[in-house]
Amino acid sequence: MRAFTYERLDAATGASRRADHPGTTYIAGGTDLLQLMQEGIAHPRALLDVSRVGTTGVTAQLDGIRIGAATRLADVIEDPIVAERLPLVAEALAASASPQVRNMATIGGNLLQKTRCLYFRDVTTPCNKREPGSGCPAQAGQNRLNAVFGGSPHCIATHASDLAVALVALDAEVIVERAGGEKSIRLDDFYRLPGDTPYVETALEPGDLITAVFVPIQATNLPGRYLKVRDRASFEWALVSAAVALVVADGEVVAARVAAGGVGTKPWRLPAVEDRLVGRPMDVQTLQLAAEAAADGADPRPGNAFKVPLLVNAVARALAATADQEANR
Amino acid sequence: MNAPTPAIGQPVSRVDGPAKVTGTARYAGEFAPDGLAYAAVVTSTIPKGRIRRIDTTAAETIPGVLAVVSHLNAPSLPYHEMEKRPQVDPKSGDQLQVFQGPDILFNGQPVAAVVAQTQEIADAAASCIGIAYEEAEARTVFDPGRGREPSEETAKGGRPGASGRGDADGALAGAAVTVDAAYVQAREHHNAIEPHVTIASWEGDRLTLYDKTQWVQNVVDEIAHVFGMDKEKIRVISPFVGGAFGSALRTWPHVTIAAIAARMAGRPVRVELSRRQLYNAVGYRPHTEQRVRLGADRDGKLTAIVQEAAAQVATYEEYAETTLQPAETTYSCPNVRTAYRLVEMDVNSPCPMRGPGIVTGLYALEAAMDELAFELGMDPVELRLRNHADTNEKTGQPWSSKELRTCYETGAERFGWANRIPEPRSMRVGTELVGYGMATAIYHADRGAAEMQATVFANGTAVIRSAASDMGPGTYTSITQIAADALGLPVDAVRFELGDSDLPTAPVHGGSITLASVGTAASAACEALRDKLDRLPAKGGSIAETLRANSLDRLDAKGKAAPGEETKTHASSAFGAVFVEVRVDEGLGAVRVKRMVGAYDVGRVVNPKIARSQCIGGMMGGIGMALMEQAEWDERFGKVMNANLAEYLVPVCADTPDLDVVFVPGEDTIFNPLGAKGLAEIAICGVAPAITSAVFHATGRRIRHIPIMAERVIG
Repeated sequence: MRAFTYERLDAATGASRRADHPGTTYIAGGTDLLQLMQEGIAHPRALLDVSRVGTTGVTAQLDGIRIGAATRLADVIEDPIVAERLPLVAEALAASASPQVRNMATIGGNLLQKTRCLYFRDVTTPCNKREPGSGCPAQAGQNRLNAVFGGSPHCIATHASDLAVALVALDAEVIVERAGGEKSIRLDDFYRLPGDTPYVETALEPGDLITAVFVPIQATNLPGRYLKVRDRASFEWALVSAAVALVVADGEVVAARVAAGGVGTKPWRLPAVEDRLVGRPMDVQTLQLAAEAAADGADPRPGNAFKVPLLVNAVARALAATADQEANR
Repeated sequence: MNAPTPAIGQPVSRVDGPAKVTGTARYAGEFAPDGLAYAAVVTSTIPKGRIRRIDTTAAETIPGVLAVVSHLNAPSLPYHEMEKRPQVDPKSGDQLQVFQGPDILFNGQPVAAVVAQTQEIADAAASCIGIAYEEAEARTVFDPGRGREPSEETAKGGRPGASGRGDADGALAGAAVTVDAAYVQAREHHNAIEPHVTIASWEGDRLTLYDKTQWVQNVVDEIAHVFGMDKEKIRVISPFVGGAFGSALRTWPHVTIAAIAARMAGRPVRVELSRRQLYNAVGYRPHTEQRVRLGADRDGKLTAIVQEAAAQVATYEEYAETTLQPAETTYSCPNVRTAYRLVEMDVNSPCPMRGPGIVTGLYALEAAMDELAFELGMDPVELRLRNHADTNEKTGQPWSSKELRTCYETGAERFGWANRIPEPRSMRVGTELVGYGMATAIYHADRGAAEMQATVFANGTAVIRSAASDMGPGTYTSITQIAADALGLPVDAVRFELGDSDLPTAPVHGGSITLASVGTAASAACEALRDKLDRLPAKGGSIAETLRANSLDRLDAKGKAAPGEETKTHASSAFGAVFVEVRVDEGLGAVRVKRMVGAYDVGRVVNPKIARSQCIGGMMGGIGMALMEQAEWDERFGKVMNANLAEYLVPVCADTPDLDVVFVPGEDTIFNPLGAKGLAEIAICGVAPAITSAVFHATGRRIRHIPIMAERVIG
C-alpha cells in the first residue's frame, strides 16, 4: 500500500469539485477499496470519506423509493420500506457478503465494487482493466467465474454486485452529484460494456459522487425473488444469480423484469426472457419456455460453459418461486 | 493426599481459552522486541529462469527504509546438510535456499526483502523494486505420463515406488467382480487464519526467533544448519499457534529471511507473509491423480487391490506422501499392489496437510469400495465388515487395539443408515436429491520421544514444562489434565508451559502424536515427582503441606517417555466410520452436506469436549476437500490464481450444519500407558469419500474429481 491522505467530508455539495483530481478517490465502507489498495491494485493519493455526507436512509416518495448512497447494506435490509416494497432488493442484499461486511459496506460502494476476476485481483498477471493494453489472460485461463455475456476479446470480467442485478431488473436510477448539478442515470446505462476500454466501467465522470439510488414507483410493490447460486452456502459472490419481478393480472403476465448476475460483464438484463413472459398466461409452460431463452446469445469459454445451463435453471427457479409468491398473495 | 475427581475424561474447557478470547495470548507475531523493524518479502513473478537485474534504487530512497536484501548483498549461508533429516523434511533433494543466487525455481519464490521502520513503508518500498528476468521454459502442467519413481531415500522413508503382497494383477484378472476407476484430487492449501510470521532478534551471535511453528526445537536445528551456528545460541519461542494443519511443521525460507534481515538491519525484524504469499511460501497438499482397481468374489471378499498414484512434486526437493499405505492396511486382502509416481513441476514444494497422504489415498480407495459395493449390490457397511482387517496385513502385526466394528455399528445406528434405500436417485426432498454415503477412516498411531519437567510449589500449584506446541487441538488443556491427575491436584492448580525451545525435548506437533508422546512424558514426570515427595523425610497431607513440612519452596522432577517394544510387536492405529447425508440440487449444481456422523476409535479420550472440537474441525476440512477447496492453477504463469480467502473456498458455518461425533469405548494400553491414541488426522480421513459416495447415491453419477463443484454436478 502506498501512502495516502484521508479526509472526511461533511456534505455532498461541493464534493465533486474536491474529488476532481487524479489520484483522489471517494471511500465509504471501504470493504473493497481497502483490499484493492492492500493488493496494489488501486493507488489513490487522497481518500475523501463520504460515509457521513448526509446521504443515508430510505425515503418513500410519490414517484418511487430513494435509498441514500451512504446507507449501510445491513440498514437497507432491515428498513421497513425496503422489506415491504422492494423485497427483491432486500433478498439480494441479504445474500450478499457476510454480516460483518454488510455492516460496513454502503449502497453506493456496492454498485462500484470491482470484479472478482482472478487476473484483475493479481497484480503480477496482465489485465486490460487494471493495466490497459496488457492483455486478458482470463480468455483462455481460469475463467469459471467470468462472463458469458457482454465480453470482448479485451475483457470477460463479471460484475460482482448482487444488489446491482436486482436494481437493473427494477429499472433503478443512480443519482449523481456532479459539478454542473445533480444527474440521474439509468443503472443499466450506468454500467459500460468492456469493449476495447475495459477500464472504463461506468458513466461516472471525474469527481462524480453517487448520492442515491432511485427505484421508480412502477417497479415497487412487485412480487419478486433473487436466487443466488454459489459453491458454498454463504459468503461468496454469485456463480449465477437471477432477479425476477412480475406483474400478473387475471392470470396473465402483464410485466416482467428479469436480470442475471455472475454471467455478464455488467448486471445482465434478459429481455428475451421478459418477451416470452409478457402477454402470456402465467403457467408452468410459459415460465419454462421463457427461462430457456435466458442463455440466448451466451458466449461461454470452456471454464464457464456450465453457466449456460445453470443460468437457464436459475432463471426457471426464480420465475417459479415468484409465481408461487404471486399465487400466495 | 485426597485425590480430587479425575480430570481425565472430563469435558474441561480450554485452559488457554480466556487468554485467547480476551486477546492476552501472545502469538509469535505479537512479540515486540526493542527496535523492531518490519520486512516485506518480494517474490518472483515467473516460474523459471534467472534474475538478470534488480533495481532497488527507488525503494532505497524511501524514508524509513533500513535495508534492501537480495542475493546481491545477502550473506552467503552454508546450508549444512543435517546428519539426520527431521521427519518433517523430504528425504531427498535440497531445501530452497534464500537469496543465495539468481535462479528462479517457481513463481512466488522470495527474491528480495525490504526492511523498514514500519510495515507500511516496507510494503510500499517492496512494490517499487524492479526485477528483470531471463525466462526459461517451465514445467507447469501436471502430466502423469512424466511421473517417475521416488528416489531411494524417499522409498526408504516409507514412500516406495512399489509395494504390496501376493499377485494382485493375477487375482484381478481372475476376479468375479471388478472395479477400475480413476480419481483426481485438487491441490489444497492449509489456510490457517494466523499467517506465517517470524520475528528474528540478534544479540551478538545469539539469535532469538519468535515463530509460528509446530516444532520449536526443529527450528533451532534447521536454522543452526542453515547459518552454520551453534544450536546453543538459538532460541525459538512460539507459545500459541493460530492453526497450522501441517503448514508450520517445517522451517520455511521466511524464517531464514527474518534472521538475515535482522542481521543486516542491525535490529530485530518481523516478517509476516501476506495471504497471497502463503500459497507458495509454505507448502500445500499436492494435486494427486489415482487409479484404483479392485477385485472381489461374489460374496464381496476382496481378492485384489491395485492402487496407483501420481502426485506433483517440486524440482528441487522430493516431498512424497504415504498415499498408498491405506491400500495395504485398511482391508484384509491377500493380493495388493501399489505404484507411486512423482510428477516434477516448477512449483514450490508441497508439504503435509492434515492427514497427509493417507487422506488422499483413502479418498480413492474408499470411493472405489463404494463402487464395488454397488457392483455387488451389497450394503457399503456390509462390504467393509466382510473385509475387516483383523491384523495389519502389511506388517503382519496384530493391532494394539481396534474397535472399528463398533465404529461401523455405532455410527450406522446414530445416523439411521438402515433408512437408506440402496437404489441411487431413490431418495428425494422437494427439488433436492438425498444421498447417504459412508467410508472407513484410518490413521496410524505413532509416538515420539518426549521429556517433561514437573515442578510443585509450596502454595499448592504446579508447573509442567515441555517444548511442545499447541496449534489448536487443546494440548495445553489435555496435558494439564493428565498432570493434574498424576499429581492429585485440581486442573486449575497446574500450568503447562510450552512453545520454547529451551524447555525439555518434545517431538514434532504433528501426525497426531502429541498427546500420546508428551502426555505420557507428563505422567512420567509427575510420577517421578510423587516418588520424590514420598521420599521426603517429613510427611504432610497435601503436596503443599509436604513441601512446607520439609521447608521446601518447590520440588522438581523430570520424566520422559518413548515408544518401546510395542512398536515391534503391534501395529497401532486410530479408526473411524463416517456417515454423511448430502442434498443435491442438480439443476443448480449444488451439493450441500446435510449432516454427518463420525464414530471414532481413538483409544482413551482425555477431554471429550476438546476431542469433539478436533473432530468437527476435521469433518469441516473433509467437506472442504470434497466440495470446494481447490487451487485454481494457471499453467501459463505457473501460479495459483485464487490465492485469497474470497476465491479459495473453505467451508463456512452454513456449510456444516449438523456434525455428530461419537467416541466408541476403548483404551489402548499396549500403545501407551495413557491408553490414548492420536486424535487429529483421523477426523479428516474418510470424509471426502463418504461425501462423494453420498453424491453418487443421490444422483446415480460417479463424480471422480474432487472438489465436486457446480460444473461437475451440472456438466
